Amino acid sequence: MPFTDHFIEVDGCRTHYRRAGKGAPLVFLAGASGAPVVLPFMEKLAERFDVVVPDHPGYGQSDEPEWLENIHDVAYFYLDFLAALKLDKAAIVGSSMGGWMAMEMAVRNTSRIASLVLVSPAGVRAEGAAPADIFLLSPEDMIRKLFHDQKYAAERLAAPVTPEAIDLALKNRHTTARLAWEPRLHDPMLPKWLHRIDVPVSIVWGAQDQVLPVGIAHELKRLLPKAELKIFERCGHLPHVEKMEEFCDLVVRFACK
Amino acid sequence: MQIVLFHLMPYADLDLAEGKKNGTVWVTLPNRNFDPEKGHKLYNRYLDELEYGEQLGFDVVAVNEHHQTAYGLMPSPIVTASALARRTTKAKIAILGSALPLRSHPLMVAEEHAMIDVISGGRLITGFVRGIGAEYHTFGVNPTFSHDRFHEAHDLIIRAWTEPGPFAFHGHHYNVQYVNTWPRPYQKPHPPIWIPSQGSKETIDWASHPDRRYTYLQTFSPVKVVGRYLKSYRDTCTGYGYQCEDRQLGWAVPVYVGETDQSARSEAKAHFEAFRNVYVRMPLEMLLPPGYTSRESLKNVMKAKAQMFGDVTIEQAIELGLFVCGSAETVTNAFEGHWGEMRFGNLLVMCQFGTLPADLTRANMERFARGVMPRLKTL
Repeated sequence: MPFTDHFIEVDGCRTHYRRAGKGAPLVFLAGASGAPVVLPFMEKLAERFDVVVPDHPGYGQSDEPEWLENIHDVAYFYLDFLAALKLDKAAIVGSSMGGWMAMEMAVRNTSRIASLVLVSPAGVRAEGAAPADIFLLSPEDMIRKLFHDQKYAAERLAAPVTPEAIDLALKNRHTTARLAWEPRLHDPMLPKWLHRIDVPVSIVWGAQDQVLPVGIAHELKRLLPKAELKIFERCGHLPHVEKMEEFCDLVVRFACK
Repeated sequence: MQIVLFHLMPYADLDLAEGKKNGTVWVTLPNRNFDPEKGHKLYNRYLDELEYGEQLGFDVVAVNEHHQTAYGLMPSPIVTASALARRTTKAKIAILGSALPLRSHPLMVAEEHAMIDVISGGRLITGFVRGIGAEYHTFGVNPTFSHDRFHEAHDLIIRAWTEPGPFAFHGHHYNVQYVNTWPRPYQKPHPPIWIPSQGSKETIDWASHPDRRYTYLQTFSPVKVVGRYLKSYRDTCTGYGYQCEDRQLGWAVPVYVGETDQSARSEAKAHFEAFRNVYVRMPLEMLLPPGYTSRESLKNVMKAKAQMFGDVTIEQAIELGLFVCGSAETVTNAFEGHWGEMRFGNLLVMCQFGTLPADLTRANMERFARGVMPRLKTL
């Protein structure tokens, strides 16, 4: 069943999302590059879930609302978004920036959330595991750093660059800076409140992540002691791309139990 | 025309090979490359040069602010301007400028500038800038709030200087219960304000607004670009319903005056090319972090990337008017010609650039002051 495009206005922000599949609701929150295209893992998950993939406020085809100033604004927005779509018992799967958003949502309110899958999330800092400086890397170097298997990077680098894609990339980059420039890619207050997350959490990481090193996974596990932790070997920052089959199996097993 | 001697105070003792190897002398060049003993000599040499500028008859001596870079050793222009306030008596002192969004509290800027204005008996020219893109990397200040912070800080400073205190200020970025600045500035209503810029429509619209009429300085740009932006400023004034005065426009440019055109080029070549191709250089991502400029401007820079980020020879720079170099006659004619087209009331000359050593800097200043400045001052 193919993904279809939708728009909904939430908190004055015209928000674009894609949706496909039947089953329990699953919301995928993308990382700093947004979710400009439907990826194979989304289609695979749509065989088992009602998959919703929104463009965050300030990303992709969604508006850039005046009120968007920090990650907390995004958290409140997404809680309203779940309510607006009447999604109940949703699995929230968040990659990188999206994983950070998922945690910020869940420390505030889990009444519509069944579980969290945090895929190499930003949001917490770990001593000795400094993130790459995503704002100083050239676009090419950034893509190379995303993957352990450089075949994936080569594919992305070979894709034609359209003016629309450049506009979209600049928009996403702007909003990422707004949310994550300083403190860089984390919220120093978040660890104080992570204990409020009262739904099952699965932490997923690539052992060779060069964007957010795997050391952060262990710190997050320390902060969320009841969470499951799965580290994929020979895998970079995007396990849902590089380890697509295993990743989808993990999500199905975890979110359906 | 008012003639300003402008100094960047670069770390001229830099190992250029190290700078080149690192790709930039900004943000990431390890500070083990800075030798404090050499720095001691350089600071004192540069301050001497600015003081000598007053003796040579420059109307204004000017300093500026840059952080964590060999490009300029003035993270605080307040320090150098303060030293000049006590060692000069006639020349005005310009701070071009204080980087408002990078400062944690604008009231500190209001206080420090007011102090220098009072100490110097009203010789301060204040400048406000946002800081360059690289400095948002060094300071961690979020570049997507740069414009907002700049405007709010500016408003707070102007109110602190002009409104009777104490009063409360409630902004989005700054909240102060008691604004009550001591000292108040010497000049009424406040020191003149200059706005250095690499050229942006937004800055021009803001600086030329009838409420402000701030002097707009186009810095280190090809002369065609200078002409375009100064004309744009004049046109914007006309659009606002008033005529732009020449004093509202300025051009900042490196200059080298030699005995002959030939000797000027050969003396300046290595030092100018070090300035342009080592000290100025930085990658696009460092120069323009997200939000520092509009996305449209960013795209224009991306298109011009090869031209902007490649090496430039002294010959190309002279051709572009990025650098004015030659005998006193050549340099005078060049500025007279440009003035005829642009009518800028302020010329900011950088007589030291890159690795230019003390003897050549002094000779350059003297030849400029004696052979070029007298005719330009009559314009």
